[in-house]
Amino acid sequence: MRKAKASRVTFGETIAKLGDKYPEVVVLEADLAKSTYSYMFGEKYPDRYFDMGIAEANMIGTAAGLAFSGKIPFICSFSCFLTGRYDIIRMSLAYPKANVKLIGTHAGIAIGEDGNSQQGLEDISIMRSLPNMSVIQPVDDIETEQAIEYAIKHKGPIFIRLTRQKLEPVHSENYKFQYGKGDILKDGNDLTIFASGGVVYYALQSAYHLEKEGINARVINIHSIKPIDEELIIRCAKETKRIMTIEDHNIIGGLGSAVSEVISEHYPVLLKRIGLNDCFGESGHPDELYTKYGLDINGIQSSIKEFMEKNQAIIV
Amino acid sequence: MSYTIDQLKEVAKDLRIKCIEILTEAGSGHPGGSLSSMDLITALFLNKIKRTKENALSPDRHRFVLSKGHGVPALYSILSHLGLITPEELNTLRKLGSRLQGHPDYVALPYVEASTGSLGQGLSIAQGIALAGKIDKKNYKVYCLLGDGEIQEGQVWESIMSAPKFKLDNLCAILDYNKGQIDGYVKDVMNVEPLADKLKAFNWNVITIDGHNFDEILNAYNQAEETKGKPTFIIANTIKGKGVSFMEGNNEWHGKSPSKSECEKAIQELSSVK
Repeated sequence: MRKAKASRVTFGETIAKLGDKYPEVVVLEADLAKSTYSYMFGEKYPDRYFDMGIAEANMIGTAAGLAFSGKIPFICSFSCFLTGRYDIIRMSLAYPKANVKLIGTHAGIAIGEDGNSQQGLEDISIMRSLPNMSVIQPVDDIETEQAIEYAIKHKGPIFIRLTRQKLEPVHSENYKFQYGKGDILKDGNDLTIFASGGVVYYALQSAYHLEKEGINARVINIHSIKPIDEELIIRCAKETKRIMTIEDHNIIGGLGSAVSEVISEHYPVLLKRIGLNDCFGESGHPDELYTKYGLDINGIQSSIKEFMEKNQAIIV
Repeated sequence: MSYTIDQLKEVAKDLRIKCIEILTEAGSGHPGGSLSSMDLITALFLNKIKRTKENALSPDRHRFVLSKGHGVPALYSILSHLGLITPEELNTLRKLGSRLQGHPDYVALPYVEASTGSLGQGLSIAQGIALAGKIDKKNYKVYCLLGDGEIQEGQVWESIMSAPKFKLDNLCAILDYNKGQIDGYVKDVMNVEPLADKLKAFNWNVITIDGHNFDEILNAYNQAEETKGKPTFIIANTIKGKGVSFMEGNNEWHGKSPSKSECEKAIQELSSVK
């Protein structure tokens, strides 16, 4: 079995590895090279690597100009700092369909001790609301590698949300990333859990534990949050009648909202969103934070059990 | 070929008239900053960029990014003069379904080089285009027109800080320094002075000119082209609403279109200039 690896590390390794294959790729950094791992590309391709300093807005605009001139720029920073420059992303990237790849690392409370100011917790919500913008959150090293190469080939702006913490491998080496498609990790008929990013592993473990207690959960990894796999979500709503979403993000605007938009429009069933309940993050050890916010295996199991006790009140 | 000063004056006069006509037809828009930048844009497109139908989308073309997106009637007018927009289309400014959006839309009309209108973003984009030119060892130059109120935006100063780092001598920023913005005079709303000193301190080649004097404009463009190792910033002193006496220096005309009778009066005045 492969070792757990942070998706930011896989990003750095992958982009450095693909530099020869894709000569149009350039990488822009905002003084966090050792944290986003963009430095790995910079060491190998110094002429295609630009440290823009602590000035994200200008980095975003510069990337747009590079993209309009045929380059494929990757812009890297902590997700909250990048997506915090919303208007620049809106006008300079999304509106003109600039072929820029946004790498937002340090997503979620799982970054731990640095606390709220560095924790991207509304980033999916912000990016998802922009026309022309795609949103991807890979689950492990294999998926990150393929998502990064996909992003290079993708035409238009795409936001990729990566973690500081190590991610346990979920997929085998044979895995094939499919943009816009959900990825069924475990079958089950009692409920469907849609999860994304670092919490997918915990959701999966929780589901295995609960099998012993007679709860058979289907677990689906949603790496493509926009576009989202509507067909799969509707099918799961029909087949399992209960849907839960789990994410290290505000429950407003993220995966939970994306899934609930689909089912409420097409096939309303019971829904429970797990994540940050419209609050900011805080400092602490990542494990302590996941326990406090109900994102560890125990917390997820309790939420599932509680959810299964709710009366089935299907509207359709 | 190059235009003579007299020819440039004549074209700029016609384009000012076009601006007034299309703004009147649109019923909204920004005459003050369109008229103040008209001489700068005319000289640039005709004698420096030398935009034609043939080179309009060539990878080697010189670029012009209109960072002050609200001044776009001036840009649409010169594109129309060059045959890239038909006279009929020019009259669709701000109308439903038109490529001539109220502010430049790069997807609809790629000749504008960038989507702007949220102020402060164009110089970063121009810098990116210039950087790509350096990477690819292209000879094109990138020009970026900014408004004076616009440079109150923080992002502008981020790009002013970074362009000299990359030694972008293929980048030339032009300031349409017409002294007015929506809420009043720039010096009162948020003073940007001492501007030349600030830009020099940021290691730009700074040239201050009369933005309505074609000799000075063309000299500045030539100097910018010849300067090596650093980007050039042209501070062009202009008059808001230039050419229409009741608009000149009057901030009321920042974002208000003329009525039919005001339009006639303006055109009469513009036409009578020799």
